[in-house]
Amino acid sequence: MAEPLLELRQLSIAFGGLRAVQNVSFRVPRGSLTALIGPNGAGKTTLFALVSGFLRPDQGQVFFDGRDITGHAPHLNARAGMTRTFQIVQPFALQTVRENIAVGAHLHIAGRAAALAEAERVAGLVGLASQLDKPAADLTVAGRKRLELARALATRARLLLLDEVLAGLNPQEIGEMIPVVRGIADSGVTVLMIEHVMQAVMNLAAHVWVLAQGQLIAEGSPAEVTRDPAVIEAYLGPGTAERLREAHVT
Amino acid sequence: MKDAVAIALFVLAVAAAALWFESGVALNFIMMALYATLLAQAWNMLGGYGGQFSFGHALFFGSGAYVQAMAQLHGGINAWAALGLAVGAAAAVGALVGALAFRYGLKGSYFALITLAFAEVFRILALSVPFTGAGVGLMLPLRAAASNLQFGSPRGYALLLLGVVTLALAVTAWLRHSRFGAQLQAVRDNEDAARALGIDPLRTKLSACVLSAAFMGAAGAIYVQMFQYIDPAIAFGPTTSVEALLGAIVGGMGTLWGPVLGALALHVLSDLTRNLFGALPGINMVIYGLVLVVIVMFMPRGIAGIGRSVRSLWQGGRRG
Repeated sequence: MAEPLLELRQLSIAFGGLRAVQNVSFRVPRGSLTALIGPNGAGKTTLFALVSGFLRPDQGQVFFDGRDITGHAPHLNARAGMTRTFQIVQPFALQTVRENIAVGAHLHIAGRAAALAEAERVAGLVGLASQLDKPAADLTVAGRKRLELARALATRARLLLLDEVLAGLNPQEIGEMIPVVRGIADSGVTVLMIEHVMQAVMNLAAHVWVLAQGQLIAEGSPAEVTRDPAVIEAYLGPGTAERLREAHVT
Repeated sequence: MKDAVAIALFVLAVAAAALWFESGVALNFIMMALYATLLAQAWNMLGGYGGQFSFGHALFFGSGAYVQAMAQLHGGINAWAALGLAVGAAAAVGALVGALAFRYGLKGSYFALITLAFAEVFRILALSVPFTGAGVGLMLPLRAAASNLQFGSPRGYALLLLGVVTLALAVTAWLRHSRFGAQLQAVRDNEDAARALGIDPLRTKLSACVLSAAFMGAAGAIYVQMFQYIDPAIAFGPTTSVEALLGAIVGGMGTLWGPVLGALALHVLSDLTRNLFGALPGINMVIYGLVLVVIVMFMPRGIAGIGRSVRSLWQGGRRG
């Protein structure tokens, strides 16, 4: 395998007695669209925070593009080409959609007019072109999720960490969002997404890691991991894999 | 572009008024209104655009004022050169206090408290050490000459203040239409999101603090030139801090014209109440307080946002 864009080595962090992430290692290949799944409280968002620099790991290292970035501040990581979105959307509520996206564009564009023009272009990519002059606070949940995506994209990130961009959307909105994420990956951006919506994971991700209680319990193609007894039990409780199998046999 | 035209019109109108009026009362009014405007604008750069609510902006005002006075009295430096030193000193104090506060992540009321605390520390220091004249204060010898930055009439000060206010307006307009301004407002609205987009919140807030402090220092220096006197209570006491933040909040934080409107409105209000209730000293402060309560409750966007506030009240009323 070529050198991965992102590599986690033995990452661990504990909050008091709670070991939120334990010895997690994996490699995200360049240009891939991969997913991190797991039940609520598994430590997925914490892992994103460790990778993007919002939290510093107790142990382990993070490599981005071959460089050790463990403990680097989030803004430095964004400048290096990695940025994250937030599960609970964080718009700059007082500003318009165009201004929101321009903040991301300003990372590499100094001029105001050029950044605003770039914002318009990126808005087109995520389907926000018709809402450019709305205040961010007036967007629907789906609109805000698109805005999160657009802002991150405008930084010209090479690696996007998407934290549940589909959560809270209705089936129709999910159906509209999946091609947007697909389009971003097809444009050459490496995407690692945390996702609960299995329809999207099955549809989008080439490779899936499963986190439960802070530990990596499985990995593989979406089809493989959803058949994995350890994964089924992590979601549905101990013993369920066994019972499901019996139910099918009889 | 629109902002530039508006600023030019404002400057022309005020300059014309300052040159037209001959009465001391009118010129004094223009001078003091511009002075209040400068305080509010300086506060607005950090408070309005940066979202960092300082309760001790007198810290920078007083630093500028004392350096202005001491440079002339102890250093024998020309008043114009002293003005440069005063602005630089205030900016340096802004950098120091900003670095301390933002390095340790003090936000919201904690930032308000630490600025207030620093202003108090400086006030007590100024009361104690000999080179600030301690409690007696410092008095500048009266030598009215433009070369000495002292003018025989309020008109001179009004024009000087107009120059600095114009500069402050230009800087504010720049905040509205520049990369730095966009990043500052991003940090104000959501610091974590800003960090994820590559913005260094510490550097951004610190720069805004230095900018704001520099203008506050200029106001302090000009105050000393206008009244030829400074003491610890005037320099670092809460009055100036409150005047600065009230003007910006009442007028509309994070807007270009809000601080101008707010400072003017409060100045008119305090003159009116002083004349109407002259027999009851302090009543103007009571009215001040009432106005602030009304504004915070019913016009969160200040005078500049009055249209939007009325609309949302109206819509809220219909919905409710």
